[in-house]
Amino acid sequence: MAETNETILAIRELKVNFTTPDGTVNAVKGIDLDVKAGETLAVVGESGSGKSQTMMGIMGLLAGNGAVTGSAKYRGKELIGLPPAELNKVRGAKVTMIFQEPMTSLDPLYPIGRQIAEPIVHHRGGSYKEARKRVLELLELVGIPEPARRIDSYPHELSGGQRQRVMIAMALANDPDILIADEPTTALDVTIQAQILKLLRSLQERFGMAIVLITHDLGIVRHFAERVAVMRRGEVVEQGTTADIFERPTSDYTKMLLAAEPHGRKAPPADTAPIILEGRDVVVDYRIGGGLFSGGASKFRAVDRVTVRLREGQTIGIVGESGSGKSTLGRALLRLVHAEGRYRFGSTDISGFDRSRMRPLRKAMQLVFQDPYGSLSPRQTVGEIITEGLLVHEPELGKAERDRRAIAALSEVGLDPEARNRYPHEFSGGQRQRIAIARAMILKPKVVILDEPTSALDRSVQGQVIELLRNLQMSHRLSYVFISHDLSVVKAMSDYVVVMKDGRIVEEGETDSIFEAPANAYTKSLIGAAFNI
Amino acid sequence: MTDIAANPLHEPPKTVSRSLFQLALIRFRRNRAAMAGCVTLLLIALFSFLGPLFVPHTYDQVFPSYVTIPPSLQPRPDVSTLQEVMEGVAARARVKLDAFTVDGQAFTATISADEPIDPRATRYFDRANEFRDTKVDATENDGRVMRLSGQVNREYFPFGTDSNGRDLLARVMLGGQISIAVGLLASLVSLGIGVVYGATSGYIGGRVDNVMMRFVEILYSLPFVFLVVVLVVFFGRSFVLIFLVIGAVEWLDMARIVRGQTLALKRREFVGAAQALGLTDWQIIRRHIIPNTIGPVIVFVTVVVPKVILLESFLSFLGLGVQAPLTSWGALISEGANNIQSAPWLLIFPSIFFVATLFSLNFVGDGLRDAFDPKDR
Amino acid sequence: MIAFVLRRLASAVPTLFIVVTISFFLMRFAPGGPFNLERPLPPATMENLVRTYQLDQPLWRQYATYVSNAVTGDFGPSYVYKDNSVAELIGKGLPYSMELGFYALLLALIGGVAMGTVAALRQNSALDFGIMSLATVGTTVPNFVVGPVLTLIFAIILSWLPAGGWGDGSLRFLILPMIALALPQLAVFARLTRGSMIEALHADHIRTVKAYGLPARVVVVTHAMRGAMLPVVSYLAPCAAALLTGSAVVETIFTIPGVGRYFVLGAINRDYTLVMGTVILIAIFVIVFNLLVDILYGLLDPRVRHD
Repeated sequence: MAETNETILAIRELKVNFTTPDGTVNAVKGIDLDVKAGETLAVVGESGSGKSQTMMGIMGLLAGNGAVTGSAKYRGKELIGLPPAELNKVRGAKVTMIFQEPMTSLDPLYPIGRQIAEPIVHHRGGSYKEARKRVLELLELVGIPEPARRIDSYPHELSGGQRQRVMIAMALANDPDILIADEPTTALDVTIQAQILKLLRSLQERFGMAIVLITHDLGIVRHFAERVAVMRRGEVVEQGTTADIFERPTSDYTKMLLAAEPHGRKAPPADTAPIILEGRDVVVDYRIGGGLFSGGASKFRAVDRVTVRLREGQTIGIVGESGSGKSTLGRALLRLVHAEGRYRFGSTDISGFDRSRMRPLRKAMQLVFQDPYGSLSPRQTVGEIITEGLLVHEPELGKAERDRRAIAALSEVGLDPEARNRYPHEFSGGQRQRIAIARAMILKPKVVILDEPTSALDRSVQGQVIELLRNLQMSHRLSYVFISHDLSVVKAMSDYVVVMKDGRIVEEGETDSIFEAPANAYTKSLIGAAFNI
Repeated sequence: MTDIAANPLHEPPKTVSRSLFQLALIRFRRNRAAMAGCVTLLLIALFSFLGPLFVPHTYDQVFPSYVTIPPSLQPRPDVSTLQEVMEGVAARARVKLDAFTVDGQAFTATISADEPIDPRATRYFDRANEFRDTKVDATENDGRVMRLSGQVNREYFPFGTDSNGRDLLARVMLGGQISIAVGLLASLVSLGIGVVYGATSGYIGGRVDNVMMRFVEILYSLPFVFLVVVLVVFFGRSFVLIFLVIGAVEWLDMARIVRGQTLALKRREFVGAAQALGLTDWQIIRRHIIPNTIGPVIVFVTVVVPKVILLESFLSFLGLGVQAPLTSWGALISEGANNIQSAPWLLIFPSIFFVATLFSLNFVGDGLRDAFDPKDR
Repeated sequence: MIAFVLRRLASAVPTLFIVVTISFFLMRFAPGGPFNLERPLPPATMENLVRTYQLDQPLWRQYATYVSNAVTGDFGPSYVYKDNSVAELIGKGLPYSMELGFYALLLALIGGVAMGTVAALRQNSALDFGIMSLATVGTTVPNFVVGPVLTLIFAIILSWLPAGGWGDGSLRFLILPMIALALPQLAVFARLTRGSMIEALHADHIRTVKAYGLPARVVVVTHAMRGAMLPVVSYLAPCAAALLTGSAVVETIFTIPGVGRYFVLGAINRDYTLVMGTVILIAIFVIVFNLLVDILYGLLDPRVRHD
């Protein structure tokens, strides 16, 4: 890495405001930041901290209702307030950017080769034909297999990781000084995440550009960045070298963030604890396509002969990347999707149960979803949402009694009981997830399937939700199936871990043995990607 | 971005809690064009439905003496016409008209003759269409001069009359009643069929959905105006049939929209949560699907209503709408278009109300869409 | 591609068949017939007519006869225009309707897309407001109001253009009906373009090309426009089918000898064969244009290529 201490981007008193019908929102409240040549600066913050808007403001990419003031000098040249034609000489050539959503960041209507060539042709002149050679080099450089064939592919023909590689190729095309990476790996699976970060680092070593990494994930920062700036609510609360920030944080917020990394373990259940839920040889097939006249539908096997045994008081963590069939398995265990296999709940064989016979058992088997925005009906009050199950399972309860239970359930998940008269859109993500948990807990279930319950939440909120789930488990002797792609959370929650890939179990065992001594190569790569990038 | 991470316990409770519906209503109230549209619609509805109470003429009353007269705020006939009529009457009664004044609905006249006038001469006056209740107020000069007073039959036609001598104001009001009623009722019919069909198709899904949507596609490929025309021609032209027929044709779009909504909602996690709670299909449709489709459906209704009114007026224009003496704005506009050179007001007045209604509905529809879907500026 | 076209054409056959069947029986089950005139015909004449047109046959046989003839392109004689077959009537009228419709389509498409794009690029400006008000007028004022008003202004008061008729087919005769026909569709195109253009301009990949310093022209024309045209292209199919098969209202107002009027005339006179003929004509247009538009869509959007 080119270690000159020259500051190439100096941000001073930068403010970003958005005018909304409900008033002005101050997204960035006057921050100072420096980017030095060849360094990696991580800007860390949770959603709403203004970390993305800072960079968007500098690059002139704010939404129509946004305005940026203050100063941002690139090698002495003021970028704020520059006319678009002047700004265009810098962005895309000297300062480039990659984005979070590789799905939508590329134009779906043009081949990737042409899209990479566009900034080359525009900034350096020449024709698309001449640029083609350079594009092939770049594709090779970012590790796209068979570049000569891929150069004419369309974005939808590539995987998410490949699309992000294409974006990186585009960012490198004009040998930039600064590469701004806005959550470049958030939308990707962990193993892909690690590859992309490795690629970025090796490219930085080769070409010596500075990287500004915008992320919410402290785990990435520790191994990737040299300096860290922590942002909160539009302000930089702390900045310093990575080592300083992690070893000697000064601000309370940074300390809280670091502490929010899930830690601790739960006590395993006794070996004699009876099995409460069992699914043997679970197979789930999905039909793909096949219309009325278009004939044959193809089958896709989402879960392939998986067996799970859950003991009373136990937590089984099911780990896997997107498409591994872990969520489908969770629903199959609750008999919510059509699935083959043998199922037992307590001492009852529920294999052949249809919906109406399952209904009385639903009280004891509950489900909590990933997306706290989608899992609460926006037109019901919180009270209506959490007492809905009581209407089905304890219809004899009066209104007053239901209300009493709602108050109890909300207090139990740490929410103000007043919340029951309000609507979901008035709550934050973490609060909504608490509401979703209350909806499950009010029925006093025995088994709860937790389907990525913390993935949509900020780290600091994640820790609180995990704490809550562990406490509830202890006080109610609950059994959990905890489905997640996030290994650090799984480690903190489960007694037993099942690793899934392509619908099958590749490895299973006690949490410690899986994390300390993984036997399977895939498990190893997952753990490697999650804990030592 | 909007999710400000905070300790959930320490978030200050907001004092007022509003449902999404109430929030939409607040946004809607802020939209001036939409509110103006609402007010205009209300005024037009009041005009059409309550107006007839204040107009002395009925929509089918024919005034043979006032055929195709232009609109005027002055009462008909005007003073000079009355003067002429009066002079004619006087001539028939063989008296001389010395003075004649009209004041509102009453007149006074002074007549004289060389001989004393027979008081029965008043009958001559009553015989004219324009005058009635003529009586003698005073006689002077041994009965040679007579002061008469009586009532004048004067009519107000602020919108003029049509070629049959009917009051256009009353007819525009009636046309409004029919057009608005057809618009609302047909939209309700299409709403009913569309919501049930679309929600069923979308929620059941699979093969049933496939068959049901194929059927909709086939109906789509039938020329749609043609279908209405055929139905109206063959099954008659009563008011009820017209809105039933229009509703029966217009439900296709509604069904598609509701189906799309249902499919999207079915994938939402709160429906999955409801299934996990053990709710039955019907409970899910009633408690979760329908309440969440209401927004888009309301917005779509505001699109359907003007469409239906247009369709009805189109039918009327082709002579297939409600039958005379009933009328609708479309029929009135058609009549006006045929008389555009001789009597442009026959086109202008119904067109103003018609276009104002459609414009207002448009603004209200846009306002509702913005209110329910704030992303879509 | 050829396989796709053939498959689509093959799937059109059952659709057409169902359309024909529904229309046929719908009409026959309705009361009244082509010869129930206000002044009843003498029974002998009536019987004669009924026999000539085979209306005494059982319904299923009439249906079978009709379908087997229609397959060979014989749509039967018109019941009311007795000297003409339905095919002749349509053959005579269709060129007029199509020519007029084509010009109207061109006007609506080019005008609408241009106006919509300008409005989107100047969102919330006075220009945007003006264009959208015009579009609202276009969608709310029906053509049976626009037609007479245009006639009043340009033909009667100003005497610039003829009030109606086809004349020698020169542009002078076409201008007014073309505007009346195109205006509502122009408004739809303008609204559609504006909406999808605004959406396209807010897309993530537009942010990407902006971040790479491409000039505004490239951003708008190369990237935003192409994506924004997709919904416009979709609407092209129903619009073209409607415009090219003539409009009863516009053809009546401007006395144009097209096929649009046959719709209404046929239905009013219970001219069974003429009605069936127009139904089939329109259905074919709808199917053909849907196919053309799907092919065009595939060319524009690589995600739905039909190979």
